[in-house]
Amino acid sequence: MFRNQYDSDVTVWSPQGRLHQVEYAIAAVKLGTATVGLKNNDYAVLVALCKPPSELSASQRKIIAIDEHLGISIAGITADARVLSKYLRSECLSYKHSYGSTYPVPRLITTLGNKMQTTTQRYDRRPYGVGLLLAGYDEKGPHIYKVEPSANYFNCKAMTIGSRSQSARTYLERHLATFNTCTKDDIICHGIHAIRSTLPNDELSKDDGASQLMITVAIVGKDQPFKVLTDEENLFYLDMAKKRGATMLSKSGRNDDDDDTPPPIAEDKPEPAGPRDPQVAVATMERP
Amino acid sequence: MMNNAFAQPMWLNGPAPGQFYNFMGGNTQAELPRELTTAGPFGTKHSTAAITTGSSVVGIRYAGGVLVAADTLVSYGSLARYQNIDRVFKINDKILLGGSGDFADIQSIKRSIDQKMIEDQCCNDGVVMKPKSLASWLTRVLYNRRSRMNPLYIDVVVAGVDEAGVPFLGNVDLRGRAYDDYVVATGFGRHLALPLVRERKPKDRDFTFEEASNLIRECMKVLYYRDTRSIPQYTVGICSASDCSVKGPFKVEENWTFAETVEGY
Repeated sequence: MFRNQYDSDVTVWSPQGRLHQVEYAIAAVKLGTATVGLKNNDYAVLVALCKPPSELSASQRKIIAIDEHLGISIAGITADARVLSKYLRSECLSYKHSYGSTYPVPRLITTLGNKMQTTTQRYDRRPYGVGLLLAGYDEKGPHIYKVEPSANYFNCKAMTIGSRSQSARTYLERHLATFNTCTKDDIICHGIHAIRSTLPNDELSKDDGASQLMITVAIVGKDQPFKVLTDEENLFYLDMAKKRGATMLSKSGRNDDDDDTPPPIAEDKPEPAGPRDPQVAVATMERP
Repeated sequence: MMNNAFAQPMWLNGPAPGQFYNFMGGNTQAELPRELTTAGPFGTKHSTAAITTGSSVVGIRYAGGVLVAADTLVSYGSLARYQNIDRVFKINDKILLGGSGDFADIQSIKRSIDQKMIEDQCCNDGVVMKPKSLASWLTRVLYNRRSRMNPLYIDVVVAGVDEAGVPFLGNVDLRGRAYDDYVVATGFGRHLALPLVRERKPKDRDFTFEEASNLIRECMKVLYYRDTRSIPQYTVGICSASDCSVKGPFKVEENWTFAETVEGY
């Protein structure tokens, strides 16, 4: 079953100049649960929503540690993410064996991008159906990268992927200016608030805080190896975020116009230029 | 039934019958360079000794930087064959390399290192290799080569500063053995210069730059007097957070007036 005659395999262009298989893979990311990545001057933080797929199942693992300086958060097909995380882990390990230091994050992302790109150009492969948010720390400071199934990757100040991520993106854009200078606790709270805004309204209204919001938080930064926070720490930060929420959220106001299945690529349109930095969410590499 | 092993390929560069086509971009195994492969049908000759050799390299770490010195001689056996060759190299803005042992192997490993520095630059991300990383990489390469029974006959000093400006001084030898310290030396310098420097080390602090440079001068003088494979001309590499360069050549202050009193040789 095909949606049209140009999506039979990944090497076929449509007359509009599109690769439908790649766009389907990007759509798979939008079906995954949302995840947020953001950073301040010293730390990069990942927050992921890990709602169990059914009442009976345990929640999915959304954040995968790669190395002591690096971890990823995933949205999309978990099996594909495990393949990619295995690749990243072995790259980091082999780098550490050779050079006795951690893999510089931008270079690791480049090799990952190259690996993922081949799958978009060969008829016997398919694109990875998973989007990654990668948080890492190296000598150039903290990094947040977004990696798409199309093998595009973006160096970001803050980013979110997954279902209903548009509302989290709105939150991040609204508070972006404050991120750089805020504290470690603040940046985690911002992440929690951002991920909260991706919850549907009915879930949010019955949300009495910690018990409802199933999240995973991970942090990496200066003198801080990549760490997925424990349940106790999660509760601590959820509580803190809730207390601060009154002041933080009142500034933001919720954005409800997002739907679960946005049309493919619609979200990839450039953000309209606002009064602030127009490239709020996706930014190119900052060079010293 | 024909044996597949004798069948011609179906088309040029194509797979043999029963084998798969090798697509581009896949995980194809690159063929190893010849020096890394095992013996062929006619055997392989491995080097068993150094031919053109450089003698001592001396490195001293001081507060904020490192000094690496080596004379400019490359010998051919006991013949002082090439007398004006720099054996201290600037690798990048953070690393100096001093090489002793077989000079051809030094040149070989230096080419590999230079290529790595070019790859660093190609990334254009402002990340450069640190001396500690290079020393680690060298142990891997050298240990690998010795494990193939085909060692590089070199003994190198890796020196430099890391991104925080902390100096590093280390030594890697032909078996991949490595250590780092405030003073390292190779060749005859290990016997002559090392104890001389250690004797002068204040217990509670690092050397200052003046102390280190005086000691380098002293070491090169002693080495010239005592080491027969040396000449009185040397270069000194200096690496600190602000500067990384190779200075010289300098001359050893010779004084042979005592020679008149030497008897009985």
